[in-house]
Amino acid sequence: MSDLSLVITAAAGCVAAAAGGALPARTRVPVAVLLTWVACGAGLVGAVVVLRTGHPLVLSTTRVLPLTGATLVLRPLGAVFVVVTAVVAVAASLSWLGYAGHGLSTRTASATVPIFVTSMLLVPAAGSVATFVWLWELMAIASLVLVLADQRTREQTRSAAQWYAVMTHAGAAAILLALVLVSGHAGGQTFAAIRVHAAHLPGAVRSAAFLLAVVGFGSKAGAVPLHVWLPKAHPEAPGPVSALMSGAMVNLGIYGIVLVGDQLLGGGPAWWWLVVSALGVVSALFGALHAATSTDLKRLLAYSTTDSMGLVLIGVGASGLFASTGHPAVAAIALVSALLLVVNHAAYKGSLFLSAGSVQMATGTRDLDQLGGLMRSMPVTGGVFVIGGLAIAALPPLNGFVGEWLLFQSLLHGLPTSSTAVAIAVPLGVGALALTGGLTAAAFVKAIGVGFLGRPRSPGAAAAREVPHTMQAGAGLLAAACVVLGVVPMVVLPALERAVAQVVADAPARGVTSSVDLRLHGLRGELAPGLLAVGLALSVVVVLGFRRLAERRFYLRLPVRRAEPWGCGRELQTARMQYTATSFAEPLQQVFDDVLRPDRDLTVSHLAESRYYTEKIAVRTSIDDVIERDLYRPAISAVYGWGRWAARLQNGSVHRYLAYGLVALVVILVVIV
Amino acid sequence: MSTVAGAVAQVATAGAQVVAVGIGGPVLVGAMRKVRCRIEGRVGPPIGQPLRDLRKLFAKQRMQPDRSSWVFAAGPVVLVATAVVIAAIAPLATDGPPLGRTTDFFAVVFVLLLGSVFLALAALDTGTPFGGMGSSRAMTIGALAEPALLVALLAMSIPVRTSNLPVLVRSGLDHPQLIASPERILALVSFLVVILAESGRLPVDNPETHLELTMIHEAMVLEYSGPDLALVTLGASMRLTILLGLLVNLLAPWGIADRPGAAAFAVGLAALALKVAVAGIAIATFEVFTAKLRLFRLPELLAGAFVLAVVAAVTALVVR
Repeated sequence: MSDLSLVITAAAGCVAAAAGGALPARTRVPVAVLLTWVACGAGLVGAVVVLRTGHPLVLSTTRVLPLTGATLVLRPLGAVFVVVTAVVAVAASLSWLGYAGHGLSTRTASATVPIFVTSMLLVPAAGSVATFVWLWELMAIASLVLVLADQRTREQTRSAAQWYAVMTHAGAAAILLALVLVSGHAGGQTFAAIRVHAAHLPGAVRSAAFLLAVVGFGSKAGAVPLHVWLPKAHPEAPGPVSALMSGAMVNLGIYGIVLVGDQLLGGGPAWWWLVVSALGVVSALFGALHAATSTDLKRLLAYSTTDSMGLVLIGVGASGLFASTGHPAVAAIALVSALLLVVNHAAYKGSLFLSAGSVQMATGTRDLDQLGGLMRSMPVTGGVFVIGGLAIAALPPLNGFVGEWLLFQSLLHGLPTSSTAVAIAVPLGVGALALTGGLTAAAFVKAIGVGFLGRPRSPGAAAAREVPHTMQAGAGLLAAACVVLGVVPMVVLPALERAVAQVVADAPARGVTSSVDLRLHGLRGELAPGLLAVGLALSVVVVLGFRRLAERRFYLRLPVRRAEPWGCGRELQTARMQYTATSFAEPLQQVFDDVLRPDRDLTVSHLAESRYYTEKIAVRTSIDDVIERDLYRPAISAVYGWGRWAARLQNGSVHRYLAYGLVALVVILVVIV
Repeated sequence: MSTVAGAVAQVATAGAQVVAVGIGGPVLVGAMRKVRCRIEGRVGPPIGQPLRDLRKLFAKQRMQPDRSSWVFAAGPVVLVATAVVIAAIAPLATDGPPLGRTTDFFAVVFVLLLGSVFLALAALDTGTPFGGMGSSRAMTIGALAEPALLVALLAMSIPVRTSNLPVLVRSGLDHPQLIASPERILALVSFLVVILAESGRLPVDNPETHLELTMIHEAMVLEYSGPDLALVTLGASMRLTILLGLLVNLLAPWGIADRPGAAAFAVGLAALALKVAVAGIAIATFEVFTAKLRLFRLPELLAGAFVLAVVAAVTALVVR
């Protein structure tokens, strides 16, 4: 039965795509969603069986792809990613049911969503280079179509799709090169064959392949400086699609790095992993800083995806580093923490993107400076966003906290003390981690506080109504996952450890004991997230009881009085007087002025009568991505310049073309002779 | 039977620590005010005044701004609840607090952060400019203080190979030379700066200010009155007490109850009160002679604390 699960996944996905493309408008989305759920369910069953037994699921056929055949081998590491993708996809497609009245219900979109989901479910199961590259490409193209699904006529959306197309294909080219390089030297294109021969490859080939893979997969995971597509494509995609892209697709970039680095090449020298960690630190800091200063709700979430993936990369890099320096137990904990961060990221970022999509649908804007007061008109969406935001800020008793605790513990216990460089790098890394955490907390206090609390800042926000139940349910499902994973992380940790045990050589069978508390095996570190949650709940009850007693003891209890807030004696306060997202982030923007380098434009106009009186002061601030401005723009204009220069060769004159032919002939003759 | 007795003892310990921090917190604030007034040549209110203020505030009607949501009401409750949890499980009067094996320094930091985040959200929920101002400033300072805090924590954890708080405190009892080691001292200085920033003391924030534009913590809680304000002041004083209690126990653990029993615990409580009082008086004295820093000079102070913490961690790694 479980052997068939991948076949069922693929078949259901194809049927869903066909149904989505063929059925009439009224039925196509529900049918496509149902069939997508079948695909997800089958993938989930297969993945859970693999995780429980530890035996890979193997499926090989020569009938599907010409020349190479298709090979699917689902190992525990891949199974983790299949489970994550399936859960996010179920929630996102539930939300799609409600969203469909407002877009994303065309034939193209209805056929593409199932293809996108199915390809993401199958990528971690690919067992050969050809299968992997085919599925990877299918996933990239399907997601590209979906970015354009809703508003393909908008200039911004088209530009975002262009950026995404270029970055994802540059990444795919790097991945293809890396895989071809190793499979060419190994003399076989199945992953099993590569694994056997990888140890005998020349060191330069291994390093080149690894670095190419880091570039290729890093661009998918949104690692700085390859992240530029992310803050463009995520905001422009419709809500359910951006949840799928951020909650499921970017994770596969991490899968790819672990697959190539650990599984195919079998680990490598310490400097590989220092590169990965450095990439992680830079991504985390850069992403968190931009998230803290963004004023577009979905752009903020996109940058925080870069930040979350940076943390995961730190975990992956630390794991490889510790494995290469002979600390397999700590390496296993670091990789478990990285995988747990991936699972967590899927839960909170999925729910945040789905509720951001709901906000956009209800208010017609993503600009935080136009939002506010949504907690009262959209209580469920607001509650989900609060849970997601607190979870991503690593606050107990939610899931982000457990993941970051594990990462911190692995860094604390794994420190190789022989090298002074590492001794200096690790505290700085922990500092970067902490700054990232603080900035993320600031970013999400801003997103929740400005977006959902206070008073509405625009008519659209004031008129917001709660979204359809299916959309609430989709986001709520993932928010519930955040709570469950935070209180009882033991439900996933054994599976993650089993996946890690097959990746890290000599890893102990159990690194983190999982009963009521998390206890690091053989190391002194212990945490009881469940008890902490119970303690917090109990304390809230105690405080409420104490307040009630104190009130009753001293006074007759009166109902809560609602009153106008304090305005320094002014009678009337307007919503425009509130802090906006821009003003909230202003202190941080000033502190990090040198990194962000914002464009600030101050115009003061004076009254005609006297220059001593100002008529109007206009301030305009915009924060562009420094990397896009200083790295990509010059490169793009250089390419354009080269193109214009090359265009001069082609002026349409037949005489000139004949002359080119003659010169070419002469050159060839000279070379031959 | 013994497990039942053990559980009762644990609950009693937790309860006693919570009550001690709950009553001791306002008294500490009163004492710090008194010291400050005396040095400035004033008589000052009695030390027990904050407790009387609490009593008065609890006797008032609760008020909430128009158009605010449940978050505003939840802010003070969560602030106090997080302080209660930490007061129950932190090694304050005894080095074997309930659930002590799971009292991780990292967890303590993040539970306290939960309280600050809720207060910052509640401030934005008021819909007033002051709430947003306080919230923005508090989160900025919090974000900048975090690196110093966690690296200081790392530096203290490296020599004992764990971030478990009771073990950290006990290591000072068992190996007094650890306390005199450069990494512990540097890390504690850095921790002290973070405590001043997190609990809104000078030179970061002036708790006595009455000018809204200069406020940080006070601006966030401007809309609270009656029982909610009582909870906010209680929570803030409990947090200050807990943080100072951890600082003094890491710096001078002597007197802390290192074996079970009511007598040892009572001695531990008395020692804690004495040590925290000394620390509080020292801080109050320091505050008399210090001016508030400009908001945009604060990054320099916190970066300085971060550098100290990094030096501490590197020392700890290289020395070993």
